Amino acid sequence: MDALYRDYILDHYKNPRNFGTLEPHDLEFHDHNPLCGDELGVHVVVEDGRIAELRFHGQGCAISQAAASITSDELIGLTVDEVERLDADWVIDQLGIDISPTRRKCALLSLKVMRGATTGDPSWPE
Amino acid sequence: MGAVAEKPLVDSRADFPLLERQFEGKRLVYLDSAATSQKPRQVIETIERYYRDSNANIHRGVYALAREATELFENGRERIAAFVGWDTASTIFTKNATEAINLVAYAWGRENVRAGDEVLITQMEHHSNIVPWQLLCQETGARLRYLSVSDQGELSLDELDSVLAGGRVRLVAFAHVSNVLGTLNPVEEITRRARAAGAVSLVDASQAVPQMPVDVRELGPDFYVWTGHKALGPTGIGVLHGRAELLREMRPFLGGGDMISKVEFASSTWNELPWKFEAGTSPVAEGVGLGAAIDYLSVLGMDAVRAHERELTAYALERLPEVDGIRVFGPLDPDRRGGVVSFALDGMHPHDIAELCDREAVCIRAGHHCAQPLMRSLGVAATARASFHVYNAREDVDGLIEALQKARGVFGL
Repeated sequence: MDALYRDYILDHYKNPRNFGTLEPHDLEFHDHNPLCGDELGVHVVVEDGRIAELRFHGQGCAISQAAASITSDELIGLTVDEVERLDADWVIDQLGIDISPTRRKCALLSLKVMRGATTGDPSWPE
Repeated sequence: MGAVAEKPLVDSRADFPLLERQFEGKRLVYLDSAATSQKPRQVIETIERYYRDSNANIHRGVYALAREATELFENGRERIAAFVGWDTASTIFTKNATEAINLVAYAWGRENVRAGDEVLITQMEHHSNIVPWQLLCQETGARLRYLSVSDQGELSLDELDSVLAGGRVRLVAFAHVSNVLGTLNPVEEITRRARAAGAVSLVDASQAVPQMPVDVRELGPDFYVWTGHKALGPTGIGVLHGRAELLREMRPFLGGGDMISKVEFASSTWNELPWKFEAGTSPVAEGVGLGAAIDYLSVLGMDAVRAHERELTAYALERLPEVDGIRVFGPLDPDRRGGVVSFALDGMHPHDIAELCDREAVCIRAGHHCAQPLMRSLGVAATARASFHVYNAREDVDGLIEALQKARGVFGL
């Protein structure tokens, strides 16, 4: 089996969870990876200060799409403060694969747009 | 299709030792020469010899060593100019093609383009031939217009005629060969039409000079720019060939040493061409190294280089469709394109294609290739791209096809 493109990564890539749009939504953010042009947006519904529902949308490589899909279930139920505390290591742990420096931004794009939507911070997670 | 490009055009074992490298036991297959070419031993040794035996600052030193360094550098310029059929004095060294375009956008553009004028470029340009014109237009109030690209990856001369007929175009800037589609544009036709309409023309030849015979005088542009590192030369040196009348009228680009004739407290007068546009200590070793690269290509003969690239491109265009779900961009006729082929695979993002090709030590590029407007008009976010040079042979294309088949297997396609 491939060390990077594991079955579950490819499964999330081909059948992404929480993918699409949400209307109406409370929060949204959209961004891209300037290195490759991959695009990802997110719609978020907030109830009682917690993330009740979210949908990612866009196009990109297996790593960026799988990262969005794999983390999406974990993000539901978190408070905005909790999202703010998530960092790059959290995403990489969730993915469960070694990410080379050239693919790091692919892996982090979904957390970047999620933080952009919930905290207004558009910077790359560290 | 017979025995085409069975061997590299050069003795790559002797001249390009880097290509003998293995990655995890696999022979390196370098298919990214459109990003940067590999450098022959002759270029590397010339640069080493320059630093070891001849290094001194050029132009001002009165001692023999400085004269020697100056001669090496200026002789390089002479051969580089002759290589593309242009005058030495109107051949200016820059950092790269991007800087050469910026030089024209600042030193010519800021003086000659006004509100209400139009700057015409094309949808297949590299960002380096888009952004300097965006900045110019934002500053001057001129309008930036784009010629469209057909499904076959080509420009339309009819569309060019109709935009020029508006009478407002001051400058037409376009690629000689597209870095994504490989399209070989009809340079002479475009520059002639531009001149007839009273517009100045600039050609980005970064993908052309490295791989085909070029006669700038026949092509007829006012400005013709390219970069050394794609032409078997070192990084850090680009070339601007300009029409002398325009270069003489233009203001300097960067101010500093070497570009002046006389400096007073309040103002200065400018050095002659080409030095007027070469402020500060020049990239001397790079100029000497690029001279060696041109010598290397000249010995091969640019007709032979072009024929080799064409054969490899034709072979790639023949074999790529064997891969299920592939979409190849650009002209299908190898006579209408240079040695670069972009493609997409259904169900796989180009980044993943390139990553999996790397497992087989096949180096291809993935992404927008600094041509985001073109990606939008092709309807894709990115493509994968393979490009060739004199050290490649058909087995490299075979290696690519095998790597693509394996990649599809990993993705369960």
